[in-house]
Amino acid sequence: MEGDGTRKIVNRGFRGRRAGTAVPLPPGQYLVEDFPVLSAGPTPSVSLETWDLTVVDVDGTVTRRWTWPEFRALPSEDVVVDIHCVTQWSKLGTRWTGVSLDVLLGDIDTTAEFALVVAEGDYTTNLPLADLLGGKAWVAYAYDGDDLEPEHGGPARLLVPHLYFWKSAKWVRGFQLLTEDTPGFWEAVGYHNYGDPWREQRYWDD
Amino acid sequence: MDALDGNAVAGTLAELFGSDLTDATTICIGCGDHRPVGTLIAYVGGPGIVLRCRGCLTVQIQIVRTPRRVRIDLRGARLLELVVPTSQR
Amino acid sequence: MAAWRVATVVETVPETVHAVTIRLEVPDWPGHIAGQHLDLRLTAEDGYSAQRSYSIASAPDGERIDLDVVRLDDGEVSPYLTTDLEAGDLVEVRGPLGGYFTWEPADPRPTLLVGGGSGVVPLLAMLRHHAALDRPSGMHLVYSARTAGDVLHRDELAALASGPRAVTVTLTRDAGAAPPFRRGRVDRTVLAEVGWPADAAPRCFVCGPTPFVEAVAEALVGLGHAPADVRTERFGPTGG
Repeated sequence: MEGDGTRKIVNRGFRGRRAGTAVPLPPGQYLVEDFPVLSAGPTPSVSLETWDLTVVDVDGTVTRRWTWPEFRALPSEDVVVDIHCVTQWSKLGTRWTGVSLDVLLGDIDTTAEFALVVAEGDYTTNLPLADLLGGKAWVAYAYDGDDLEPEHGGPARLLVPHLYFWKSAKWVRGFQLLTEDTPGFWEAVGYHNYGDPWREQRYWDD
Repeated sequence: MDALDGNAVAGTLAELFGSDLTDATTICIGCGDHRPVGTLIAYVGGPGIVLRCRGCLTVQIQIVRTPRRVRIDLRGARLLELVVPTSQR
Repeated sequence: MAAWRVATVVETVPETVHAVTIRLEVPDWPGHIAGQHLDLRLTAEDGYSAQRSYSIASAPDGERIDLDVVRLDDGEVSPYLTTDLEAGDLVEVRGPLGGYFTWEPADPRPTLLVGGGSGVVPLLAMLRHHAALDRPSGMHLVYSARTAGDVLHRDELAALASGPRAVTVTLTRDAGAAPPFRRGRVDRTVLAEVGWPADAAPRCFVCGPTPFVEAVAEALVGLGHAPADVRTERFGPTGG
């Protein structure tokens, strides 16, 4: 991820943070044991009393809405997934608890093929609607058995582990359904609209 | 992780603009705040660099580096004002 | 300034238990102003590279530059710099960087320097340069460290504190803090006591971890200093 210029020298004995791994990782990734906190803005303080999660259809109408108690009353599940950040770290076997997008969007009647995920502040990210469904995505409210911490996206974040982790928007607040793919916060400035780690789709020109 | 400030990306900005930008000033399109780039709130380490207005948090500058290109989005800054180095006056 | 240069390590000198001073010689170094930093890049044999920013600790001195690096055990770059780097090794550097957080020797105003942890490093360059030039303007450094063992360049700071220069060191964790160290945090009371009053219109430079910088900057503004006179530089957990 470093920039310009030809490397003029080699620092003997420097290895950096990479560790060898027996488990195959997506190309260009390395394994970490900690859980890096990376953000594009300040950690928002979210009141559970005013929190809601909405689904907005193509015509702009709010077709689904849950308050926090309503959201927490939905059926949820525990999942164990590997996550891959576009900044090259991967973390295996992460444990989350959340509500599947199949529950949130199940039976929805829409012409939309894409979604724009909307989060606190100005953060957005886009993906095909089909990539939210079929057991591939959750709105997670717990990590490793504990309430999701604010710095990791609490009270609730999107979890869509088959794509690079910037798509798993922290502090998620809703889904805008769209007929056309619309680039989100990072996609608008150069990141890939889809973002499959196994095909190393990091940037526009990948 | 705490946010840093524009000083933390002085090298990247110098590489892109050819001169140091930390004492350049911007005017924020969100609130009109007029301050040195070195004081903007900087989020680094993620997919790109984000420099936000210290007054209203509007993203003033966003930088993404790919292997082939660097993309700079300056749409949050109404004006970017550089100090002409003494040697060039 | 934006190009990488190859510097030679002249020597590495243990400074505290956790910190090492790295002395570099940089051919064609254009010179720097106290307060500026450089980016340093390490490259592994397979081409992987990592870079970090380090404030220049030394006053301008031809092609010579000192860096103070604090070792973070879980860091990516500092363990290599503090343990593996040897005299004669080469490292890539880019700089000098930073036109905002700089001390201009010709400025006649008094200067207040407030540093937390490794945030003292760019301020040390300012104090050293002020002394080298024998400037008559007042310069006070307030340096917050955790324990006496963490204080960088302790003896040199004591020697620099003469004439118009003063140094106050506060320890946040050393229960046995005895003179010349004070115990506690750098707060409004300490700043009011050892700093300059607002109507002296000093230049203030505050450097260190973000929470430290923001608390001190807020305290200084609260004491009446104009925000534009309080220059800040925030370090990440790697210490800059």
